[in-house]
Amino acid sequence: MKAPKFNYIKAETRQQALELLDQLGEEGRILAGGQSLMPTLNMRLSQPGTLIDINKVSGLGGITLEGNVVRIGAMTRHVEVANSPIIAEHLPLIAEAMQHVAHHAVRNRGTIGGSIALADPAAEMPACVLALGATLVVESVKGRREIAAEDYFKGLYETAREANELLVEILIPVEKLGDVSVFLELAQRHGDFAMAGLACVARVSNKTFEDLRLVYFGSEDKPTLGTGAIAAVVGRTWSADCKEAAANALANDLDPMTNLQGSAAMKLHLQKVLTGRALDAAIERAGAA
Amino acid sequence: MNKETPLTLLDKPNSYVGRTLSRDSAKRAVAGRGRYTDDIMPARTLHAAFVRSPYGHAKILSIDVEAAKQQQGVALVMTGAELAEMCTGPWVGTLVCFDGMKSEPQHPMAVDRACWQGEPVVMVVANSRAEAEDAAELVTVGYEELPVVIDKETALDKDSPVIHPNLGDNLAFEKTIETGDVEKAVSEADIVIEDTFTFGRHTAVSLEPRALLAEYDPGTERLTIHTSSQCPHMIQAVFARTLGVPEHNVRIVAPDVGGSFGLKIHTFGDEIAATAAAIKLARPVKFIADRLESFATDIHARENRVKGRIAVTKEGIITSVDIDVRSGAGAYSQYPRTSVFEANQILNITGGPYAHENYRASTQVVYLNKVPTSQYRAVGHPIGNTVGESLVDQAAAACGIDPMEFRRRNVMRDDSYPRVSAAGIEMRDLSHQKCLETLVERMGYDALLEEQAEYRKKGIQRGIGIAAFIKGTAPGPAGYYGAGGAPISSQDSCTIKLEPSGGVICMVGVTDQGQGVDTVMGQIAAATLGVPMESVRVIEGDTDAVPYGGGTYASRATAIGGEATYQAAMLLRAEILEIAGVLLQAEPDTLDILDGHVVDKGDTASRISLAEIGRIGHFQVAELPNHIQHTLSATYRFRLKDALYIFTNGIQGAYVEVDTDTGFIKLLNHWVIEDCGRVINPQLADEQVRGGCVQGLGGALYEECVYDSAGQLQNATLADYLVPMAGEMPDIEVAHIQTHTGVSELGAKGVGESGTGAAPAVVMNAVNDAIRPFGGKVTAQPMSPETILKALGKV
Repeated sequence: MKAPKFNYIKAETRQQALELLDQLGEEGRILAGGQSLMPTLNMRLSQPGTLIDINKVSGLGGITLEGNVVRIGAMTRHVEVANSPIIAEHLPLIAEAMQHVAHHAVRNRGTIGGSIALADPAAEMPACVLALGATLVVESVKGRREIAAEDYFKGLYETAREANELLVEILIPVEKLGDVSVFLELAQRHGDFAMAGLACVARVSNKTFEDLRLVYFGSEDKPTLGTGAIAAVVGRTWSADCKEAAANALANDLDPMTNLQGSAAMKLHLQKVLTGRALDAAIERAGAA
Repeated sequence: MNKETPLTLLDKPNSYVGRTLSRDSAKRAVAGRGRYTDDIMPARTLHAAFVRSPYGHAKILSIDVEAAKQQQGVALVMTGAELAEMCTGPWVGTLVCFDGMKSEPQHPMAVDRACWQGEPVVMVVANSRAEAEDAAELVTVGYEELPVVIDKETALDKDSPVIHPNLGDNLAFEKTIETGDVEKAVSEADIVIEDTFTFGRHTAVSLEPRALLAEYDPGTERLTIHTSSQCPHMIQAVFARTLGVPEHNVRIVAPDVGGSFGLKIHTFGDEIAATAAAIKLARPVKFIADRLESFATDIHARENRVKGRIAVTKEGIITSVDIDVRSGAGAYSQYPRTSVFEANQILNITGGPYAHENYRASTQVVYLNKVPTSQYRAVGHPIGNTVGESLVDQAAAACGIDPMEFRRRNVMRDDSYPRVSAAGIEMRDLSHQKCLETLVERMGYDALLEEQAEYRKKGIQRGIGIAAFIKGTAPGPAGYYGAGGAPISSQDSCTIKLEPSGGVICMVGVTDQGQGVDTVMGQIAAATLGVPMESVRVIEGDTDAVPYGGGTYASRATAIGGEATYQAAMLLRAEILEIAGVLLQAEPDTLDILDGHVVDKGDTASRISLAEIGRIGHFQVAELPNHIQHTLSATYRFRLKDALYIFTNGIQGAYVEVDTDTGFIKLLNHWVIEDCGRVINPQLADEQVRGGCVQGLGGALYEECVYDSAGQLQNATLADYLVPMAGEMPDIEVAHIQTHTGVSELGAKGVGESGTGAAPAVVMNAVNDAIRPFGGKVTAQPMSPETILKALGKV
């Protein structure tokens, strides 16, 4: 289990990284936290020609609040996100999700940008940025491009980012005053890849969902908005009937993948259970607020 | 403690025996100063990597190694055929104790045919592992895929492909044992329960993988192998015979070993290949299995389907048990311990805690195109206990009797030993009744039942599980080992010496893999001799240094090696006291040894120190009369005389919560009451039980080597093969009932596997207790969320 031969370049500047990426195309691979890349290299599942290490490039990290938007640099480590007071105050969904991101050792090295760039279907951050309506900023030698999260995730490990583009930052609108969020995930052991998971952002008034975003992950090939389930719930007073309607609608929203963790039928069942629980929790949190 | 056991010098106040001391090696390991096989790096060491079969079953049509040979840093490329020429012959994994057993001869690397995905085909030896892997990618092997046999249920069907045509069919072994009259008992019973249980394939997943460093000196013709092993002498015998090197020229050293769990009592073809390369090249060759190789080549275990039946009277008395076991082995029977011992143990132990007299058990072990199977911690016991204890629970429910009370009525009585179990196994010095009553008290059983009922009212489904068990430990030479014919010693030895300084060297055949065997041997030696622990040095794991022995497996180290150490120390003690008697002009039996000094019995004042005896005994022997020709050393070997095993017993309890919507199981509490006889080091014994439980719980909940229909292992990584982690594990409360075994003076039985043996049974019973009100029942392990949801009819 030793990596095949590859070239390694430690980029000193953002410009150098972008130029290398432009020259190398598919042969180049960005090394950020390395928590997914290194195992695949060592198992010879991926054999890039050149690793472009961006760990020493300045200006790619950090979390700042700019008006109504939280700006997170792509190289920000999970641990920094987890410990950030800005995230805790303005993006409680992400704060809650962080507890499910792997283990301490992985969070110490892994980056939010790496997670979103890779787009592992079981990862938490892609679901969160989609639920929160974030904008993903990519850059190439030709310039900067903003991609809405809804347009970014295309499929299994497939995104709208071009091979010569580097994900540089994530812009996330703050959760509005009065909104509530809930993050639920089912994994057999804490920190494992999710069997099923749900990121939920809601505006609740008088036990009625006025606005709602439900993003499912773990079961699908990419983070997936539960449009039917949302439609079944929004505008109605929360009730057992409403819960059932949402669950029923989910069958059309989702197309779960069967894998070693379980069948598509089981995953759909789990997502239905999580939907009811998340919406119950949202009502409860809205009431407590 | 058994009242009839006389007090010995081990029972003295402040004895090291019965006292918690931390492991000798813990300090080094915690400081990162462990020295494992891979840490040893002689100059000019080469590294081996393997081209392995990508198919479950394939004919090898051609092998092209030319490109690999040209690669930078490559010293040797060797095919299976070339390796076979260096060996005395293929292995045949049968033993004479398994009547009618058959297995195809197996070469260390595939020659004409690969029979499982992962079987080694070509070895590449290079300056580094990375270079060896690079070159291995350039080896081209032409394969013709052959039909695979994957499902053990259909492996004996007439239209099934046959893996080894020479064998005629895929049957490795079959056996039936029968006592009493099961059919009569069943026809007369008030209640008969039948069920079918399935168990997934597991592997050991030791933290340190298999590791070997072979060095050959052509001048002296000496072969030295450092390897992560539980049984250096067996490795010596097998490697010497396979490679045609005289046994006395082979030295096996097991340095620090990072876990083993039975995995490291076996021999593997890739290790023979690396050793052959060292001989051929006269350079050190290292092979360290990576995690992928570990999953695809380490022995697997536990794949069984068991149909079971229990007959009871309406008063809740068991009258008979019968089982039929279909056991899924791999492509060959693992040499030299075979792949059929697991099924044999299931037959031996199912229903073993109970006093019924009618029993029938049969098994068929079949070959599959999968990794060969063999011994893994608590061989067969997790299966036999799960089947037996689930049937007992179901019978109790059918009778309307509380499962604890049901067991109380049926366990063998503590005053009924020695006796023979329904499976024909001799049982002695057991304590089922005492263990059960202790469990009732430790669990707070009645209060727990009330708590469970309260939670039910709130819609929270908790379950209480109970599982009584027996465990075969420390096998003797009359059964599988010894009589079986394999070069595996079932005795063990200790050589103990008094050094001139008064220090003690204690050399033992049993080995330490991180559980503290060396510390325990030191405690026994120090307590017996009457010296401080600090003056005892235990040496293990080196065939050049230690007397011949079997090593550490089957919960035998303390029971067998401990008695050898105790008796050797007694012999040395007698010598020391005899010399002291001469020097002090006292009768030896009026003297005692206390804290490194000879004293008058009952007194604490030093009359002469052991350092002085060592000095005189080694340097100033003229001070001793001519008839004193002591060696200041003693060797003792111990083995069981007639018994097949030293059986132990115990009972476990579990408290779980089942989320009936998601199928997730939360382990809340776990209790183990067990009887390993005399406890030498309470903390180490507890740790063995806890670690063993966790391993059993992993199998019950998470672990399974999953194969697809083409024979491809689907989950050969630690991201996909889930092992238990601390976060999901419950607190495990351990208590020991100490009924000393009568077969030794030390009185210790085995403890290393007791947790593993019954943990899957008790947690499955607890889960079924939780979901019983919903009509759900689980009989398959691992109990994944999907298994639970299916049992509840939710998916």
